[in-house]
Amino acid sequence: MSSNLTGMSVIYILITVSIAVAVVFFIAFVTAVKRGQFDDDYTPSIRMLFEDELVKDKKKTNQQSSNK
Amino acid sequence: MIKQCFHCGTECDTNSFVFDAKDFCCNGCKTVYQIFSENDLAGYYEMENSPGATPTNNKDKFDFLDNDNIVEKLLEFNDGHTQIVNLYIPHIHCSSCIWVLENLNKLNDNIKSSLVNFPKKTVRITYSSESISLKALVLLISAIGYEPYISLEDYQKNKKGKDRSLIYKLGVAGFAFGNVMLLSFPEYFEVDEFWLNQYKPFFRWIMFVLSLPVVFYAASDYFISAYKGLRSKILNIDIPIALGIAVLFLRSTFEIVTDTGQGFFDSLTGLLFFLLLGKFFQQKTYNFLSFERDYKSYFPIGITKINSNGSEESIQVYDIKQGDKLLIRNEELIPVDAILLKGKGKIDYSFVTGEAEAVRKFSGDKLFAGGKQTGEAIELEALKSVSQSYLTQLWSNDVFAKDKHEGFINVTDSISKYFTIIILIIAFGSAGFWLWFDAPKAMNVFTSILIVACPCALALSAPFTLGNMLRIFGKNKFYLKNAHVLEQLAKINSIIFDKTGTITSNKETKVTYEGDPLDNREQTLLKNTLRNSNHPLSRQLYSILKENQIITLDEFNEYSGKGIEASHNDQTIKLGSAAFLKAPVTQKSLKTAVHVATNDNYKGMYTFYNSYRKGLSKLFNSLKNSYEMTILSGDNESERGNLEKLLPPGTKLFFNQKPDEKLNYIKYHQAEGANIMMVGDGLNDAGALRQSNVGIAIAENVNVFTPASDAILDASKFDLIPRYLWASKKAMKVIIASFILSFLYNTVGLAFAISGNLSPVIAAILMPLSSISIVAFTTIMTNLIGKNLNKRI
Repeated sequence: MSSNLTGMSVIYILITVSIAVAVVFFIAFVTAVKRGQFDDDYTPSIRMLFEDELVKDKKKTNQQSSNK
Repeated sequence: MIKQCFHCGTECDTNSFVFDAKDFCCNGCKTVYQIFSENDLAGYYEMENSPGATPTNNKDKFDFLDNDNIVEKLLEFNDGHTQIVNLYIPHIHCSSCIWVLENLNKLNDNIKSSLVNFPKKTVRITYSSESISLKALVLLISAIGYEPYISLEDYQKNKKGKDRSLIYKLGVAGFAFGNVMLLSFPEYFEVDEFWLNQYKPFFRWIMFVLSLPVVFYAASDYFISAYKGLRSKILNIDIPIALGIAVLFLRSTFEIVTDTGQGFFDSLTGLLFFLLLGKFFQQKTYNFLSFERDYKSYFPIGITKINSNGSEESIQVYDIKQGDKLLIRNEELIPVDAILLKGKGKIDYSFVTGEAEAVRKFSGDKLFAGGKQTGEAIELEALKSVSQSYLTQLWSNDVFAKDKHEGFINVTDSISKYFTIIILIIAFGSAGFWLWFDAPKAMNVFTSILIVACPCALALSAPFTLGNMLRIFGKNKFYLKNAHVLEQLAKINSIIFDKTGTITSNKETKVTYEGDPLDNREQTLLKNTLRNSNHPLSRQLYSILKENQIITLDEFNEYSGKGIEASHNDQTIKLGSAAFLKAPVTQKSLKTAVHVATNDNYKGMYTFYNSYRKGLSKLFNSLKNSYEMTILSGDNESERGNLEKLLPPGTKLFFNQKPDEKLNYIKYHQAEGANIMMVGDGLNDAGALRQSNVGIAIAENVNVFTPASDAILDASKFDLIPRYLWASKKAMKVIIASFILSFLYNTVGLAFAISGNLSPVIAAILMPLSSISIVAFTTIMTNLIGKNLNKRI
């Protein structure tokens, strides 16, 4: 009987935790939509490829300014 | 070898500008390259080949940005130190554009950040307003070839956020669907196990809680639409859906309260998820296009006013009062009806009347709003305010106030009328039977029928077919505003074309020469003179004339708005207008012409014609049997003869049509039962496009502005119009076929329901199965249509 009781509580905890985790993801989705992350689904895919060049360029400008 | 401009890709003629061992077509392009290479932005040219645009040299254009009131209206954010502005830049077209615009801070330290939205072609710039003004910023990005387009529309923009409720609803339904499915899974197998039985109530109540937001939030649109339908006595498709959802929820709740079953929460959430998915799919939007433009998108925000003491001031166009003196420069638009005071007007009304030629106006003449001055600056006196002008009054016509699609019954709703009645008859009939035969089962059967008949597959047929067709059309450069347009397109029986810009091409012109033939030396001189001129007509004529040797001219003078004078050795040449050359009176014509004289002897003239689009007569011939064809032109009758030769007999031709006459022509024929498709391009067609059942705007370049319409067609696909009409009819047949398919599913489900055997597991299998097979069927069929779309007849 006691083993059944503990089993029961574990399921309750597990289900509650799993739903809570799902709700967290759901809230993350809603905030992402609210902030407009789904408005432009194209530009970020291109912008992602620029990153390296930007860093390189920044270094260059830093060097230039330090040379001055 | 033909050299291409390193910056913009235009073919350079022999006298290209060379810089850094690279060729440039003009000084403007070279300057942009210099700016980029000096500011560490040469990476611009690494991503794409010649991505740039030649900067325009029109500095006065943005003078209105000196006016603080105008600037304030354009800004998105302003706290006195930092300002944020969102600018629309039509030239944004490649990854290089994004890169350079997001690196604007390298050009000017006061720009804090800039973010491009590629689909919308906008850039959002944050800058510190203490060190750089909006005008300086706009001039900076114009100087590198990214001139923003600022119109009156931006001025009145209500900065309301986008409606994202459908995505939220879809999220809620998807979230609940996934979780409920997991929780209801154990009960599908109906195992009477001790362990499972203990948690049944717990699982069921969680499912109940999860379905609450689905019913009361995600499904709210269906309840509202069903209510509206009932109130206006239309049995739309949302009535059986709303009924199904309500019954599903109530019966499921009843079952778990009385502990008689697990309920249908899985089917309920799944149904909503699929339905909303269909709605979402149908909502294909083209962010870079706008279907809602009116004159405000064309009109400038600011205009130069001349005060009584002679000083110039930038004012907002709505502030123009009767009697104000205005200064209109080259390429500027006249915003109000006015009288010309000073200067020679050469007004290009092509956008208002469809008339291709610029009209000469003299002091004292009346000018209408919407014309564009070409040539020298002119002074005007305003006769009316903006909203009372002749052109802008078109928008006060009732047709613009009405919602065009109001009262339009789509194909799904026209079927659901019968569907709803039949379902209700079956439900009450079977319930009556069971009441008499086995009373306790009656309620079960009644609700089961309403659940199983919930027309999920039926409701998905049209959205998925039409949504997919919209995408296929979009890939073929025919951009529809929404799915209604596609249904309307299938019902068209009469087609009206505008002339100038619609069936004629603005890009391609034909040139003919009349007069005494030119000898070799004269031709060489002519070609070399044209080479030095930047006038559009010179450029066109230059590209048509045969290649000749290159000579250096001794003298070259261009007189703006008149012509060119040049000399080489002992020979002189004069090109230009009839008045400039003092051409014989007989040589005057209504057409655009360039006259030629050598050594002061009049030789002849080159006449420019707009040529008709390729495939025009084929298009009319293939449509003439099924549609009534009409041409409504704002232009004069000079082309009547040509058109009569070109087009099949029976085509109606009307000329000298004013904008409101076009509108009324359509209204009249609609009252007689015609379903009219209007194909036009200019502001003068705006009323007609709006009044017609389907208004299609033709655009040589879809990024430039088209009047408000239901669809925008890229001019290169003009000859495909019959195929689009064919495809829209086929799409409607696909919808009918998938209706039949979904009726079959309903029959199977009803068999279970009437016999009282509908268990949650059968509902949970039947509902997704029918929906997914419908989606698959419509997708495959529409893709087949899409494949055949490009086949010319």
